[in-house]
Amino acid sequence: MTASGIGWYGVALAIIGGALRVSTPYLFVSLGEVLTEKSGRVNLGLEGILLMGAMTGFAVGSLSGSPWLGVLAAGGAGALLGLLHAGICNLPRVNDIAVGIALFLFGMGLAFYLGKPFIAPRAAMLPALQLGAWSNEPAVRAALEISPLFLIGIALAIALRWGLANTRWGLVLRMAGESADAARALGYSVNAIRTLATMCGGFLGGIGGAFLSLYYPGNWNEGLSSGQGLMAIALVIFARWNPLRCLWASLLFGGASALGPALQTVGVTSGYYLYSAAPYVLTLALLVYSSSTRHTLAGAPSELSISR
Amino acid sequence: MRSGELYSSTRRDVLIRGANLVAAGALLGPLGSLARAADAKPIKVGFLYSASRDDYGFNQSFAVAAKRIAKMPGVSVEEQERVPETAQCERVMESMIQVDGCKGIVATSFGYWPFVLKLAAKYPDVLFIHGGALWKDGDPKNAIGYRGYMEEPHYLCGIAAGRMTKTGKLGFIGSKPLYFIFNNCNGFVLGARSVRPDATCRVVITGDWDNPVKEAQAVNALADQGVDVIIADVDGPKVSIETAERRGIYSCGYHTDLSALAPKGFLTGAEWNWAKAGDFIHAWQTGGKYPNLLRGGFKDGMVAISPFGKAVPENVRQEVLKAQQGFVDDTLKLYKGPLKDNEGKQVLAAGQTVSNTDNDYKVNVKWLVEGAIGETGLK
Repeated sequence: MTASGIGWYGVALAIIGGALRVSTPYLFVSLGEVLTEKSGRVNLGLEGILLMGAMTGFAVGSLSGSPWLGVLAAGGAGALLGLLHAGICNLPRVNDIAVGIALFLFGMGLAFYLGKPFIAPRAAMLPALQLGAWSNEPAVRAALEISPLFLIGIALAIALRWGLANTRWGLVLRMAGESADAARALGYSVNAIRTLATMCGGFLGGIGGAFLSLYYPGNWNEGLSSGQGLMAIALVIFARWNPLRCLWASLLFGGASALGPALQTVGVTSGYYLYSAAPYVLTLALLVYSSSTRHTLAGAPSELSISR
Repeated sequence: MRSGELYSSTRRDVLIRGANLVAAGALLGPLGSLARAADAKPIKVGFLYSASRDDYGFNQSFAVAAKRIAKMPGVSVEEQERVPETAQCERVMESMIQVDGCKGIVATSFGYWPFVLKLAAKYPDVLFIHGGALWKDGDPKNAIGYRGYMEEPHYLCGIAAGRMTKTGKLGFIGSKPLYFIFNNCNGFVLGARSVRPDATCRVVITGDWDNPVKEAQAVNALADQGVDVIIADVDGPKVSIETAERRGIYSCGYHTDLSALAPKGFLTGAEWNWAKAGDFIHAWQTGGKYPNLLRGGFKDGMVAISPFGKAVPENVRQEVLKAQQGFVDDTLKLYKGPLKDNEGKQVLAAGQTVSNTDNDYKVNVKWLVEGAIGETGLK
């Protein structure tokens, strides 16, 4: 508690800190969705998966006392919901978009129902790495308090980027997404690939939820996700199905979400609704920019129901 | 165990028992008061909440009252959570009345009001109590609206904050840009500046009743600016209080007792006291009088402050309690001149005061007092 009048420098710090703190769920959900969509399916149910992950993570964390066990359980819950999505979509003539919306509402309802007893209790939080320990400015130290999950997310983004381009399973996954017939001709089961990819995507989405309930803001309640799962899906298109770009986009969205509160603390209060809408305006602008009537989105897997 | 089971006897039993008690009361003279208490007709009261009742927020403040009301003689309580402010709440209320036999309904959430009005006309033998003072002349007489003046406990929180702050910078997080949020903010700043004239308060409006991520961002951004005491006027201040505790700064609560969330940094908090509904229910049971519209502060026991956190030293506690007594005696006025808004305009001249019960004045507060950094955007 030092008396520091850091003003606009503080705004910049709050935005950087906000980006580092808030981006993790976006990152995990969007990486999960990249995996799923690369296999040729869209899972719009990630908001529901995020909430189920948040609830499961918090519940297991508070019952077992181990937040890391909570993270694993959250991933498991997400994978199960992913399996449900894939299982239904594997049936002939089922629309994955419609199933996704159903899963979104189902996951949300289930999380609210099962999460009822966990609104009041508190759980042990995930530990943080103090990367700002060198500074004696408390604001800097707070901004550079990084969750290990964020670092895992970065590593994952790099690994996915490399893996999709350079490994055999990356090739098979992309093939299922680009041309199901080619994959079948080579003897792969397209449904099995997509099921696995959707489950992995659900696992990552669940971990994103656990970050919300076990690290930041670190609580389970029903307003927790406030649409972040849906935003993350838009973010995938924004990032053109590129895991590394997902990382930058997540940071951008996280920073944008800190803009409103940070500006208000220095007295810039007019139009705070507009600042709050910043991430959404960003999404809309990019979708308009990248849309075209003549060709599909660059980088979009051609088996996706939205690009066919 | 629900206390209602104790009263599940038939109407005839009740009449006989009542008659016996009245007779006994007449015979025993001095025990007459006992007979009067038992005169109260058994009543079942249904509580509706818009979200979970243990949300460390608005709903919990009502659930605390429900618990107290359930202990009243002849009163049993049933509760339903997560009732949306749509036609759904009408169905829930009707089923409480028709299926469960409730003769009292406590509709806690603001948006239930239109449905309360509709049902109050349909069921004149049921008392409807609503946690928003919206009743006006011409509305059914079996409906009651009540609400506390929260700016008064905010003033007391402000005193504690003003005494405890080292940097002189306070933070106020508000949900929606509405008059009562700004009155609360003004109360908080006025209280702080009454003991620390150079204190300032940064005002952050999140724009949502409930948005934990934004609230946490706000607390962090405030702490980054050197703010060392925050208060969060949002639906569930749990996240704000916990984030403040993690940042090592002080916090004040809102709605209900949040002291458990911040063992180190909690100062005190502004609380509702909805238990006043017990008086209405008692009046309804016994055929007594009740108001249809009740607003009040400390003087009417409609608001309270949370138990002090251990960080608050004895002299500050005494100072806060003294100011509370000032509200009870009506010697302390929240808005009194000379008073400027934060754009330097004079709001009240020296010697001018606004009565603490002047609700019309408070509803039209579209400015923040001097010392608040921010604007209402309401002009």
